[in-house]
Amino acid sequence: MRNAFADEITRAAAADPRVVMLSGDIGNKLFDRFKDACPDRFVNCGVAEANMIGVASGLALSGMRPVAYTITPFITTRVLEQIRLDVCYHDVPVVIVGVGSGLGYASLGPTHHSCEDMAFLRALPGMTVLAPADAAEVRGCLRAALAHPGPVYMRIGKKGEPAVHTEVPAITIGRSLVLREGTDVCLLGVGTLLPEVLAVAERLAGRGISACVVSAVSVKPLDEDRLRDAFDRFPLVATIEEHSLIGGFGAAVAEWLADRPAPGRGRLLRFGTQDHFIHEAGEVEHARHLNGLTVDAMTDRILGALAPAA
Amino acid sequence: MDIAAVADRPDTAELKAIAARLRGRVVEMSHMAGTPHLGSALSCIDIVTAAYWAVLRIDPQRADDPDRDRFILSKGHAATALYAALAERGFFPRAILDAYNTDGAALAEHPGPNCVPGVEAATGSLGHGLPIGLGMALAARIQGRAHRVFALLSDGECNEGSVWEAAMFAPARTLDNVCVIVDYNKWQATGRSNETLALAPLRDKWAAFGWDAHEVDGHDVDALVRLMERVPNGSGKPVAIIAHTVKGKGVSFMEDDNNWHYRIPKADEVERAKKELGLS
Repeated sequence: MRNAFADEITRAAAADPRVVMLSGDIGNKLFDRFKDACPDRFVNCGVAEANMIGVASGLALSGMRPVAYTITPFITTRVLEQIRLDVCYHDVPVVIVGVGSGLGYASLGPTHHSCEDMAFLRALPGMTVLAPADAAEVRGCLRAALAHPGPVYMRIGKKGEPAVHTEVPAITIGRSLVLREGTDVCLLGVGTLLPEVLAVAERLAGRGISACVVSAVSVKPLDEDRLRDAFDRFPLVATIEEHSLIGGFGAAVAEWLADRPAPGRGRLLRFGTQDHFIHEAGEVEHARHLNGLTVDAMTDRILGALAPAA
Repeated sequence: MDIAAVADRPDTAELKAIAARLRGRVVEMSHMAGTPHLGSALSCIDIVTAAYWAVLRIDPQRADDPDRDRFILSKGHAATALYAALAERGFFPRAILDAYNTDGAALAEHPGPNCVPGVEAATGSLGHGLPIGLGMALAARIQGRAHRVFALLSDGECNEGSVWEAAMFAPARTLDNVCVIVDYNKWQATGRSNETLALAPLRDKWAAFGWDAHEVDGHDVDALVRLMERVPNGSGKPVAIIAHTVKGKGVSFMEDDNNWHYRIPKADEVERAKKELGLS
């Protein structure tokens, strides 16, 4: 995803002289083409993220379109007040991009995990939260973000994630994308877990269950039309994300559902990370296993939820 | 760049008279609205006066001109000083100033984004104004514009780590179109600033961080103007002015008394203050 991001931002900067790339001292060689093409618009802000967000705000207040980029927890949790005040309070078009979101940097430990970022940023007035599922959605999201007049947060993966699209989809803020049609269960996946969600749908198909798979790329604002349709049409609607059950996409859907005058027929089943840090080493797959986010675990839990009560 | 440097710059006596008027205004505003931080507003009045009447290339009729100099009140709690100056300078009508901090008014205790023409950034949480200003200075560089950015910080504000992140960023980018002025009144909210955290030697700190750093009497308007008008000053560095000030300056019974960080003057104290300032 980060390679797609680097390529897409390089194209965007070539096309729009207002685009400025701010990096928190990461992306070694990743942005070499950008630096060659637009040397005065690539700024390594160092390991000083609070200043970086303020600088982004000042650039945007002066008519530029800054994109600030570093590892997710350091550009979200660490600088939450700068995002809240410098960016959201001023309502300026700053694009904040977190790389390696969720458990993407699993082996680096909880310092580099980000399972609370959407909860924090979703609560900020005026903020848009996007979670692209693959490299193609990263490109689509960046195009949508740069065309948006207000703040946007994009939580992207790391590298080498499987593709779920064959071409770049047009991303509209507030809209989700159907990846697979189905009739028995609706799986609303978020971000880097979408390949897993599609694998779950395959497993379910093997058991004669037809699963609709949606990339819920716009976490804020929610795609309310899609939610209405899902809860009216399907007996079971699952939210699946590499983020805490507290405050993430599943929580947003639960809030939406609680406020809905008529609940519809669908039951909500939420998949996400648990309310504790991971105190052992391990790669992404292991971290997902600890949180019940593997294909096996998710398939079993969905089958259990679909089984008629004994 | 077609904004006049500063048309009809007032002479020293006039600048002093303007500063006295602004001091009277902020004392009245604190009393009328019942708002604190009066000592902090009084300590930076001469800096604000130097900026708005002798240094900044601004035109109140074209407050959003992209070539204007930017002044950021990073110490947002001194908002009354900024509001009074902007109103006096003609950025907005006096009626807006008079409604300060009343329900539904444009002007709150801390400046909001675009609350009135002339307010460049919303401040109030310390350590935010300078990074925003550096973004504006960087934009000027990229856009090929010649305007400068002035950021007024408090000494207490220099407790914030983001100030020092910004202090390292500006010289690395050779942002010599930036000027920081630290209102060094030696007090922060609840104690002496040098006893709270190890602030001194403040000029040396800014110099060590790569700034062309100067110390000045922060109530000597002419001295302030001499430093501030020479930005960029040819050093290739951003400029830091450590302005030695007195909290509560201009009102004898408020000077260097930190109770006036929070205390609100009573009617008779307003009258005594105005008399001392030669306003009544």
